[in-house]
This record gives sequence, structure tokens and C-alpha cells, in this order.
Amino acid sequence: MKEGNIIEVENLVKKFGSFVANDNLCFEVKKSEIFGFLGANGAGKTTAIKILCGLSFPTSGKVTVAGFDVYKQRDGIRKNIGYMSQGFSLYEDLTVKENIQFYAGIYGLSRSLIKSRFEELVLKLGIEDLKDKFVRDLPLGWKQKIAFSVAIFHKPQIVFLDEPTSGVDPITRRQFWDLIYEAVESGITVFVTTHYLDEAEYCNRVSIMVDGRIEAMGTPDELKEKYNSKNMDDVFVKLARKEKE
Amino acid sequence: MRTLLIILKKEFKQIFRDKMMIPVIFVMPFIQTIVLVYAATLELKKTEITIVDLDHSEFSRNLTAKFNASPFFDISTQYYNFGLIENDLLRENTKSIIIIPQNFEKNLRQGIPVKLQMNINAIDGQGAGLISIYVNQTVASMVREILPRNGNSNVNVMPVGFNVKSRFLYNEEMNFKHFMLPGILVILVSMIGIFLTSLNIVKEKESGTMEQINVTPIKKWQFLTGKMLPFMLIGILDLSLGLGIGMLLYNVPFEGSVVSLFIFTIVYLFAGIGLGLLISDFANTQQQAMFSIFFFFLIFVLMGGIFTSVESMPAWAQQLDRINPIYYFMRILRSILLKGSTITDLFKEFISLIIFGITVMSIAVWKYQKTN
Amino acid sequence: MNRFLGFLRKEFIHIFRDVRTMMILFLIPIFQILIFGYVIKNEVKDAKIGVIDMSHDNVTEEIVARLDAANDFEVVKEYRNYEEAEAGFRANEIKAVIVFNTEFANNLGKYRTADVQILLDASDPNLANLINSYTTVILNNYAAELNNAGGKPIISTEPRMWFNENLQSAYMFVPGTMALILMLITALMSSISIVREKETGTMEILLVSPMKPIQIILGKLSPYAALSVVNVFSILLIGNFVFGVPVHGSWVLLLLVSFLFILLALSLGLLISTVVKTQQAAMFISIFALMLPTMLLSGFIFPIENMPLILQYVSYIVPAKYFLIIIKGIMLKGVGIDYFLKEVLILLGMTIGLIVLSVLKFKNRLE
Repeated sequence: MKEGNIIEVENLVKKFGSFVANDNLCFEVKKSEIFGFLGANGAGKTTAIKILCGLSFPTSGKVTVAGFDVYKQRDGIRKNIGYMSQGFSLYEDLTVKENIQFYAGIYGLSRSLIKSRFEELVLKLGIEDLKDKFVRDLPLGWKQKIAFSVAIFHKPQIVFLDEPTSGVDPITRRQFWDLIYEAVESGITVFVTTHYLDEAEYCNRVSIMVDGRIEAMGTPDELKEKYNSKNMDDVFVKLARKEKE
Repeated sequence: MRTLLIILKKEFKQIFRDKMMIPVIFVMPFIQTIVLVYAATLELKKTEITIVDLDHSEFSRNLTAKFNASPFFDISTQYYNFGLIENDLLRENTKSIIIIPQNFEKNLRQGIPVKLQMNINAIDGQGAGLISIYVNQTVASMVREILPRNGNSNVNVMPVGFNVKSRFLYNEEMNFKHFMLPGILVILVSMIGIFLTSLNIVKEKESGTMEQINVTPIKKWQFLTGKMLPFMLIGILDLSLGLGIGMLLYNVPFEGSVVSLFIFTIVYLFAGIGLGLLISDFANTQQQAMFSIFFFFLIFVLMGGIFTSVESMPAWAQQLDRINPIYYFMRILRSILLKGSTITDLFKEFISLIIFGITVMSIAVWKYQKTN
Repeated sequence: MNRFLGFLRKEFIHIFRDVRTMMILFLIPIFQILIFGYVIKNEVKDAKIGVIDMSHDNVTEEIVARLDAANDFEVVKEYRNYEEAEAGFRANEIKAVIVFNTEFANNLGKYRTADVQILLDASDPNLANLINSYTTVILNNYAAELNNAGGKPIISTEPRMWFNENLQSAYMFVPGTMALILMLITALMSSISIVREKETGTMEILLVSPMKPIQIILGKLSPYAALSVVNVFSILLIGNFVFGVPVHGSWVLLLLVSFLFILLALSLGLLISTVVKTQQAAMFISIFALMLPTMLLSGFIFPIENMPLILQYVSYIVPAKYFLIIIKGIMLKGVGIDYFLKEVLILLGMTIGLIVLSVLKFKNRLE
């Protein structure tokens, strides 16, 4: 893997029967960057992210995550990543604290480390009165923040976020992205998929998927210039139209 | 190892927080061992039959008295209108109408054979067959008695007879509850091992947390053991609870060794939980899991000898039972409790359960993949 | 009306797409009947028995040969003494042991009577009883032959089996299976289906739509009614073609009563769905509050007369009990409604009551 890259994807293909969900994807993600994986619903983003996390096998192609090969070294990948799925996937019948203790423990953190980090987290997020509540009793915005915190609690090299801001109000979304920036500052690479194209502006680089293929990749500014657009929404529409021609 | 403990901690927390689980774990043993055992009694109680005596002789009264004395029958005697037979049977006023014909004694004294007409409501085929047998038995005892006294040509020689002495071992009082309780316990333990385990795993699949788990470095064996161990413990707990209740309420004996009982229970739970795991590998929704299990469960239970004995089944069915774990555990439980059988006595069953468990568990674990 | 039909269509598609569940729903009754018909019997067939023969004379050997020749028994082992026999019992090698003592031949010659001891494993009391009876019959027949060589039996019985000449066990089980399957599948599945919509939140969408609650109910329940009717037919057909269980009485009446029972089960399913929040809970209640009583307290397998009084009282509220009386009457006795008017009225009353109760509760939950 090249110096500075933390994810390398070469000719990734994923087929379900005859349906090609990911069609020859090629991209790299650099260390400590925020990489936005954009596209409309059904473009193939979730399929790709699942492959990167070791949840799904590629049909063909080379994929390396954090230096580990996705075919043979999935255990290595798992130890070094965090993941937040679309449904947030916390245990509803456990408290916030218990969820953290559980996942952190599985990632191998010692009890004292969990304790101290958790105290920091409580302070930072201000969840003194929430920490012993059952997750099912939390409002959506809080569930989202907690899920993110769980995903990065063990300070992984990369964290994969699959549509993390779906269904959440704009203010909470902004707060969430603050959390993401903090994570990046501490050295974590963030790989995020979203269909909110305005969030693309928050990323260092983005790729835009249309129908299983990456149609554009680069920094938001680069893309806006290339497609002569004022914002990312515009870029996307132009790309989509191009497809139709 | 620490990971396993963390998983177990979470599992137990979730189980005890589930409002459904607590009553199931602690109340089900009570309900099953009390209600089910009392209700599920196939004990053959006295059957109501009617004797119609058209002869009114010493012999016929003798025969009627024999029927009266029989432990199988509850008789009523009536003067009868033959047109009523069908009606009486239809209305289930009586299960059988036996007619002692006229000239019963006269013919017997002359050595002329006589026929008793037996009208039996045969909707319950088994019951009807039994009635027939018992009537014949009663008649046979009469025959043995009268032979020396009548004018039969064979009367010069004392007739030969066998004095049948029956000893009912291991359950002298023929207490049906002693038969049923182990059966109910098998159902109880099986439900926990197969049903609950399977539903639990499928629920995680349905809620999406399974995916989150698959992303972490948890090893397959840690996750699966974490899922299975709690139910193994609950199964043992409930078995003990149910057994305790049974022994208290029905005086069910415990002739064998406690240790061997628990060893067998653990082996059986291993097999049952493996089966539950296997089913959960193939089911995506709780509904699917539920119905698949119910399907197999029903077949296993019916064929396993819980309510009726396996010896009554056709040969091919008995062969099929070789892959029925419930069949083995049923035999084991009854043998240990009522007969004091040891592991050596039940070695065949022991090995069979182990083989079954290992096979099922291996397939189930192999089928469970973190990556699709 | 169009709305309703569209909804109905969606419901049917839902169900039929879940192939796995569908398969099982149809297979369960078939398997159950087949097992009951072919497997569950209360006779004895090739039961393994053992012998302790300390006399070894003509008579004992003839007896053993007859026992072995009988369909009911298979003489598998000879033991030398009681200890060996007991070990055999504990290892489940045999279910009974016939014992002839050393004096057998002597006694038979001198006193014309000799003891035959039968040791029976009474851990299964019914089986022990049966083995005991069958053995005694064989012994009695042999004795009678020895006494009456060539002659006809003095007192014979002429059995007339009413309503079920061949003593088919299926006659009891086919109607029972119908009751069980209808209750289980209809009530369980309909309750789960409604609760699932609650759980996923799509119920709320339905409730805010212009569809009336009654339409929602009908739409959700109709597919299961249809399924149950299919099951009724399959059970009756298999019962008839494979086991010869007849329908002596009126088919129309049979189907009407079955449909009444289906309605009853549906309203029970609806009622359950208004009370619980999760599918799991629906399942558990259906099994414990519906299926178990139906199986145990309806008189299907276990005769109600043998149960303790409390349970007999409980059986009065088990709908399946009345249903069974009616269909057994129609199918096996060929009688008409005058024979079970009481039961029909009770079922009717229960059904109407339940429908009203469940629909009211359903509407109530909307507020």
C-alpha cells in the first residue's frame, strides 16, 4: 500500500447474480482525511462500505484497508476499524454506559481505560443524566451521537459511517459533524457515505457514485470548478444528466 | 476469555430485562409440571359398559358379577329394547352394550357353544380394542371356572391352567403421573434449548445488532458460546425446578444418580441448542424461526415417545427415531428417574446424543458466517 | 372498495411471498395427520420381551415360541436370573420378562396348574398393561387349547364395532387435528401479522389512511381465513383417502361449522393482537393460552373425564371441545344438527362475543 494511503481499492466489482452493484471501483483514501462517499439511494454505497468493513466479499478486485487485505486478513481489518450502520445498531435494551462497556470490552480495552475514557466522554457530550438511560428511550439525535461515540471509542484507525445523519434535524447534523472533525483531529480517518450532498462540503475529498460507478472524484472545490457549479447539488445533477445522454 | 465474559454479561442482562423471559423461565416450569401433568393423563380408567342379561340364570348372573368385579369396567344393567342400541351408542350414554343371550346356562351345560354379542362404540379405535380384550379376559376367567362343572366331554381330566402372577416394576401403583412428568420435563428443556435460543439469535439478526457484532473482532466461537451458555444454564435450572416440583407434588422417585442426570441434561441441551442455532442460521425473521421449530418440534415430540410408547410404533417409525434427540432424552430421563439406570446402562443413548449434538452443532457453526 | 381490494391484494402477496412460512403452514397439518395416523398407536407391536426359563420343558418352550410368533412381541433375550433381567430393564433391552420357575413342569403334571410370572416395566403403565393383557390372552388361549383340543371355544364374543369398523385410530385424530390446526394457524398467524405491522410502524400509516378500521381488520384476516379453509380441505381429503375417515353426514354442515370455528379463531387472533406489543409475546400467548388448552383440554387426545375437576371446569371454555363434538358427530356418526344443537349454539355465542369484543378493543386502541 502506498505511503499515506489508508484504504486502497482497485477494480472492485460486486455482483448480485447478474446485477452489478459495484462496477469497477477505483479509489484511495488518505490517512486522517474525511472521505465522502456520495451518491443517490441505490447507487451502491452501502454495498461498497460493507465490503470495506469485511462484512461482505467482493466479487473481484483488490481491496486493502489499514494495510490488511479484505479477502485474507479480515480479522486485522476488524481490529482497526469502527462502524456505524444506518440503523445505528445499538442495543436498545442496554443503557448508554452498558453499550459502551460492551463494545469497548470487545475491542480489548482494559477496564480502567474504559472507565477513564468514558468519564471523558460524559463530560464532553454532557450526558451525565443520559448515561444510565436505556438507548430505546433516547431521542434520535442522541442515539446518533452515542452510536458514533461507540464506533470511535477504541480509537480505530478508520471509522466507517453509513448515512449517519439520516432523519436528523439540521442543528443536530451540524453538531454531529463537529464530532467528526474532532475525531479527525485526533488522527482517525473518516469514511462517510451520505445522500445529503451539502454534507459533501464538509469532506476533504469526495467521490460520487452513479449506478454502481464512480463518476467523479476530487475535492469539493475541484469538482465545483470542473462542473461549473455553485454547490455540490448542482454537480450531482449535472453528473446525473450526463448519464442520461 | 475476557471477551466471552463480556458477552455473557450482556446476554444475561438482556435476558433478565426482557419482560417475556422472566415469566417464561420461572413460571413455565410450574405451569407445565402442574397443569400439563394433571391434564395429560392417558390412564385407562374404568369404562362404562352395559350388560343386558336375557337369561337370568345362575351362570349369567355369575358372568355379570365377574364384569362387575373387573377393575376395567363400570357396569350398569338394564332391561333392553334392541332398537335403542344404536341410539344409546350415538348419544354416548354407554361405551359398550354386551348381550348375554337366552339359554346361556342351558346351552353351556350341554356343551353347546354360546356367543356374547358385543356392541362397542369404536370411534376411539384403541379404546374399543381394549374393551374387547378385557371382555375376553373376563369371559376366559368364567370359562376356566365352569369347565369342570358342566357336561363337557373333557371333564374327566382336570383342566390345565396357568396361574399368571404379574409384577409391575418401577411403578407398582401404575401411577401415570410418574410416566408423564419426565415427558413434560423433556418438553420443558427442549423448548428452552431449541425455541428460546433460536428466537434470541434471530431477534439480533432482525434488529441489526448482529451486523454490528460481525464488524468487531469478536470470534465466531465467542459469540456463539455467549449465546448458548445462558440457555444451557437456564435449561438446567428449569429442569431442576420442574423435577423438584414433580417430586414434591407427585412423589416421582429419583432412583438414579443426580450426577448422571445432569451430565445427560448437559449433553442433551448441547444437542438441542445446536439444533436451535442451526434453525436460526436459516431463518431471517422470528416468524420463520418459530414455525420451522414448531414443525420439527411437533414431529419429534409425537414420535419421541412422550405421550405414547415408542414400542407401539411401526418399525419404520422406530428406525426414524434414531435421529430424534427427544426420543433419546425421553428414554434417559424415564430410565434414570424410575429405574435407576446408570450411564453404562444407557450408553447407547449417551453416544447417540453426543453424535447428534456434535453433528448438528458443527453444521450450525460452520453455517454461521460473519462475512457473506 | 378499490382501496380495500388493493389492501387485500397486498396482504395476500405478503403471505404468499414468504415461501418458507407458507410451506410450513401447509405441511404441518399434513405431517401431523400422517404421524397420528401411521405412527401413534396404542397397541403393541414387536415389543421386546425376555425370558427366564428355569424349567425348559415342552410347555415353556411352546409358550415362548407362541409369544415370539405373535405380532405383538419379539422374544429377544434369555436371562439366567433376576439380576440379569433387572439390568436388562435398566438398559431398556426389554419391556417385560416371563419367568418360569424350576418346578413348572412338575406342578403342571401334578397339580394341573403352574405359576407363570410376568415382570413388567411399569414406567410406562399403559404399555405394561397392554403387554400384560396380551400375554395373558396368549396364555389363556394356549391353556384352552390344551384342554379342549380341537374343540370350539365355549363362550365366544361376537364384536360389533359401531361407527369405525376397522378400529382406525385416525377417526379420533383427524377431527382433532382439524381443531388444532385451525386454532393454531388461524389465531397465531393472524395475531402475529397484525402485531408485526404495529412493531414496524406501518399500522399507523394504515390507521391514518381513509380506510375504515373494519376494512383493515377484514383485509388483514381474510388471507388467513382462506388459508385455513384450504387446510380444512387438505385435512379432510388426506383423512379420507389415506385413512378412510368418512364424512357420513352433511358436507355443507361440516364446512359451515368449520367456518364458524375459523371465525372464532380469527377473532381470538385479533383480540390477542390488541393486547400485546411484540411478535414474541403474540407467539407465546397463542401457544400457552390457545394451543395448549386446545390440545389438552378439548378431549382430542386426553379424555376429559379422566382429569381433575378443576381442569374439567376449564375445559368448558375451550371452544375446541364443542367443535370436536360437532364434527365427530357429523363425520363419524352421520348425525344431524339435532344431535348437537347445544354445542352449535355455544360456539355461535362464543364467536359473536369474541368478534364484538375484539373489534371494540381494536377500535379502542386507536384512541
